[in-house]
Amino acid sequence: MSDDAAAAREARLQEAFDALIDADERVEPRDWMPDAYRKTLIRQIAQHAHSEIIGMQPEGNWITRAPSLKRKAILMAKVQDEAGHGLYLYGAAETLGVDRDDLLDLLHTGKQKYSSIFNYPTITWADVGAIGWLVDGAAITNQVPLCRCSYGPYARAMIRICKEESFHQRQGFDILLTLSNGTPQQRAMAQDAVNRWWWPSLMMFGPPDADSPNSAQSMAWGIKRFSNDELRQKFVDMTVPQAAVLGLTLPDPDLRLDQESGHYRFGEIDWAEFYEVVKGNGPCNEQRIRHRVRAHEDGAWVRAAAAAYAVKRAERRAAEEVA
Amino acid sequence: MSAGEAGLPLWEVFVRGRRGLAHVHAGSLHASDAQMALRNARDVYTRRGEGVSIWVVPSAQITASTPDEKDPFFDPSADKVYRHPTFYNLPEEVRQM
Amino acid sequence: MTARNSAGDTDPMAGALFTYALRHGDDALILAQRLSEWASRAPEIEEDIALTNIALDLLGQARALLDYAGTLEGAGRDEDDLAYLRTEREFTNVHLVEQENGDFAHTIARQLFFSTYQLALYEELISSSDELLAGVAAKGVKEAAYHTDHATQWTIRLGDGTDESHRRMQAAVERLWPFTAELFEADDVDRALAEKGVAVDPSTLKLRWALSIAEVLSSATLTAPHSTWTSHGGRRGVHTEGFGYLLAEMQYLHRSYPDAKW
Repeated sequence: MSDDAAAAREARLQEAFDALIDADERVEPRDWMPDAYRKTLIRQIAQHAHSEIIGMQPEGNWITRAPSLKRKAILMAKVQDEAGHGLYLYGAAETLGVDRDDLLDLLHTGKQKYSSIFNYPTITWADVGAIGWLVDGAAITNQVPLCRCSYGPYARAMIRICKEESFHQRQGFDILLTLSNGTPQQRAMAQDAVNRWWWPSLMMFGPPDADSPNSAQSMAWGIKRFSNDELRQKFVDMTVPQAAVLGLTLPDPDLRLDQESGHYRFGEIDWAEFYEVVKGNGPCNEQRIRHRVRAHEDGAWVRAAAAAYAVKRAERRAAEEVA
Repeated sequence: MSAGEAGLPLWEVFVRGRRGLAHVHAGSLHASDAQMALRNARDVYTRRGEGVSIWVVPSAQITASTPDEKDPFFDPSADKVYRHPTFYNLPEEVRQM
Repeated sequence: MTARNSAGDTDPMAGALFTYALRHGDDALILAQRLSEWASRAPEIEEDIALTNIALDLLGQARALLDYAGTLEGAGRDEDDLAYLRTEREFTNVHLVEQENGDFAHTIARQLFFSTYQLALYEELISSSDELLAGVAAKGVKEAAYHTDHATQWTIRLGDGTDESHRRMQAAVERLWPFTAELFEADDVDRALAEKGVAVDPSTLKLRWALSIAEVLSSATLTAPHSTWTSHGGRRGVHTEGFGYLLAEMQYLHRSYPDAKW
């Protein structure tokens, strides 16, 4: 194809792609897509997948010490769900032409990130409740719109994930409710956890819209449906009444209901802390990656064995067929 | 460890639920052989007791087509399910995402 | 303890049944605890899910059996009281389940040995005259079959994989072999209940277990070990040194807040 003909073809494909997006239809794996769209999606989906896998650590931290068998079972199921969500998302990313092993390499070498919320430590049992209530609550707020993402495999993975996620948030809320209605020490434990997890949860929605240069393009492509600030506000409005039910206070002296708009106004987020954690200087960044890399390296001989055995089996089968 | 070394191949999973009439594509996973793929599919995709019958197929074994040949996206040479690295080679710079 | 039957009389059979339910509940509980340590550490994400699945199945069995034991005892102890407030000498699980996870091969070998035994146990226990035990067995048999299949496939993959995996799997089999004899040791409780058609005498399961294991090891190109010693005492509450640490971790939070609800 000549340069002119190639350019014309590309322009037609871009036009058709734009029409697809404007009509709010789904882009599927075998469709033509702009390279930048594909790259953005790979990065976003992969980092979402990495978040699920890394997120297993702070919560998994309390499985062996869960204070009742019922809580132990629920926590194990939750962490298992997170692994499953990671798999759905890696699967969605792979439809775009990357291999999961390569994506894991990028995670392990720090070239791709995961949600910064998981760089905070779970130092008490109540932290498990706070994560379920606040972090999963924030994740749900973020994820529901993604169910309508323009890229089909990602949207479908999100639908599957959202179905399972509401159980997680309810469990976290239930843990805190039990603590809040328990002994004075349990109540104090719950309040302490909320004090530490509230602001980082607000940071989960990313920087203010004014400081988010990539948001506009993502929204134009139908990948992002609402802005960071919109989602953050939605989360706050949903969560403040829930805190009242829990009988716990949110650590923001500026938090108040704006009667006119019906929204809760909240205080200034410490963006310096956010950027430090994103940069790699949070309390657990080093630990999370080290743990993840260690699991991967320790498992290398197992994966090698599985692959070797599969080859042997195939060879034996082939030999049997010839014989 | 990068793709292709001891990377376990990709499989597509189809599940027919308890009251379902047909197998539906549920997603994909990595496994070294069919038995592992089936087991992993059961663990990953039927954790809520959703599925009864599971099919697993190596992704590379699937041949796909687009119904509308006049579809501007239709590329006759692209008969695989999706653009997976085992299907074609990624240039080095693209890998740095 | 003094177990009472439904007439409120001290009943040696209720006592034996309590002991029996407790020991099998303890086996499942402690193995579930060990397996749960693998979360976020498994060699592949799919395997993380598989191991946790097995742990959840076992935990479910443990809860049913511990709950039943508490009911039989009639002293108001529930599953959590039994799991979190007993001390080392009161746990009656076998030594095999309390062994540390080690590398993946050790975990698989432990699973192979235990689940093959548990499958045989549950298949017999389905016909128990005790309704609860029969029910646990009916559900457990499907789970144990799955666990055995998982462990069998991995044993073969690792035994017949690479030189390194073969070496590790052989080492794991040899390290855990001495703990397998205890699975089949019968005591008065087993014999008394087996006579009544309530329980299974574990010594009757040994041959079947040995044949299954021999077949798997052979398919895996592994050599069956000859051990000069066996580890036992679990049923009498005499455990290995690692057990105290397992309990400390499992129980500490619950014990730190007496009378708290979670």
